[in-house]
Amino acid sequence: MNFYVITLIKLGLVMAVFMTTLAYLQWVERKVLAHIQLRLGPYRVGPHGLLQPLADVIKLLTKEGFVPKNVNLFFYLLAPFLAVTIALTAIAVIPFGPVIEIAGVTTAMQMTDVPMGILFVLALSSVGVYGVALAGWASNNKYALLGGLRSSAQMISYELPMALALAAPLLMINTLSLREMVEKQSAFYFGFLPSWTIFQAPFPQVISFFIFLIAAFAETNRIPFDLPEAENELVAGFHTEYSSMNFAAFFMAEYANMITVTAIATLLFLGGWHPIWPVELGSWIVPVALFVGAGVISIFHGMQPARPFDRITLPVAGVAFIGIGLLFAIPMLQPYLLPIFWFTAKTGALLFVFIWVRGTLPRFRYDQLMSFAWKFMFPVALVNLLLTALAVTLTTN
Amino acid sequence: MPTPPPLDPVLFLIFAAIAVISAISLVVQTHPISSALSLVGVMGSLAVLYLLLGAEFIAAAQLIVYAGAIMVLFIFVIMLLNAGTEKATNRASFAKWAGIPVFALFIGLMSYLINSRLATGPGVTLGGFTGGGALEIGRSLFTTYLLPFEVTSVLILIAIFGAIVLARKEI
Repeated sequence: MNFYVITLIKLGLVMAVFMTTLAYLQWVERKVLAHIQLRLGPYRVGPHGLLQPLADVIKLLTKEGFVPKNVNLFFYLLAPFLAVTIALTAIAVIPFGPVIEIAGVTTAMQMTDVPMGILFVLALSSVGVYGVALAGWASNNKYALLGGLRSSAQMISYELPMALALAAPLLMINTLSLREMVEKQSAFYFGFLPSWTIFQAPFPQVISFFIFLIAAFAETNRIPFDLPEAENELVAGFHTEYSSMNFAAFFMAEYANMITVTAIATLLFLGGWHPIWPVELGSWIVPVALFVGAGVISIFHGMQPARPFDRITLPVAGVAFIGIGLLFAIPMLQPYLLPIFWFTAKTGALLFVFIWVRGTLPRFRYDQLMSFAWKFMFPVALVNLLLTALAVTLTTN
Repeated sequence: MPTPPPLDPVLFLIFAAIAVISAISLVVQTHPISSALSLVGVMGSLAVLYLLLGAEFIAAAQLIVYAGAIMVLFIFVIMLLNAGTEKATNRASFAKWAGIPVFALFIGLMSYLINSRLATGPGVTLGGFTGGGALEIGRSLFTTYLLPFEVTSVLILIAIFGAIVLARKEI
């Protein structure tokens, strides 16, 4: 019975945090893009537009769910459901932290540890294309159909380099379970250099990390690979005919996929929740310094406000930041908070790269997209895999 | 032998039912996309059945290769050709009537075979098989079954060459 209770509590926690992250990731994206383009971004709803996601949710919920004529109704409604369900399922196997003990109960910071975790995620990502492809087909719209076709071709093509890029670090760490994967990267060379697979001997996986990242952009349909929804040629691509919550489902699926691939990259290449240098050498100072620094800067700007209400909001935010920062300095809380901080920091940094790239790069042309996958990424990933296999064989005997 | 988790038989029944229903729907549906998606349903529920029987790796491979890659290609081609609903021909109504006795014969034959040959064996228990992980599969593929494995890969390579040769003639 205990097992069910703990699972339900973890389910509730993970879902709450994940859904909030989904909503606010969109706010962060709009803000970052706005600042890249010298704009302010959302500003009206709440201080610095912080309540904008909430307003968007209300807007999407209350809009009319319009169903066009001549669509294939069953598949038209099934497609967004499939997309969002498959995208959210992947979060079930992702570990956020080590095994911890709270009030006498020992549990892992993860919903469930599948021995084939990474294959489970791969399977979900390969099935995930049905949502987009079906949406494009069932809409009975030529632009949507073209979007669906492009996305299925693109996802099949980029899945190959992605799987090959995943296989190389797996050869070195010798496990398929996401939790064991992170534990195999916990050591430090010379006592301070992290042995994440991106740095690990005998063959640092820098190449496969970048191939994985590029393929991840394509798998999540993000710029520069957002051909399925290229708005200057295809209106809105596969979701042209969707409105209200059906549209929101595709939106949620895209952001959930983004979080999943960045989390997998963190776990597989960047050592998961392990700090960048050992805790014994004081790596706990990083979150404290970051949060307290952010707090001090915010209070400083609150003292000389550029806008009237900054006099109130910025000092409040500053005090909150300093408070969070000081939480990380309490030794009793460190075993719980530090792993979560490192995991979130690494995943967040990768998510920032996703947004940054969106603000920087133009879109590929379709033939460039395909020849890039088949003529560049695939051979490079293959050679990298063979070299890794050679290095592993030479060093293990 | 470890005792199987209590929910396993229930899950087995549910997914076996989904597999059978999807298989029937695959044959009955007239639209190619509906049929293809029913096939995805069959593959997906078969993957769950493999998982319940302890073959984790096969289950994952089933999802990644069949449900993920091959069926997406099927659907891609159907969407590209924009194939419409199939129309019934004269031969179709003949097949409908001739199909019933053939189907009954087939069911009878299968149940006879299962009764006479398989009933005496040890049978299958849910959770009884534990050699389905990547380690065991990899080891047997590269030791006991090395020759069939390599021959199959050469066969697939030949099939790819054949496809390229056929496609080039068209150009």
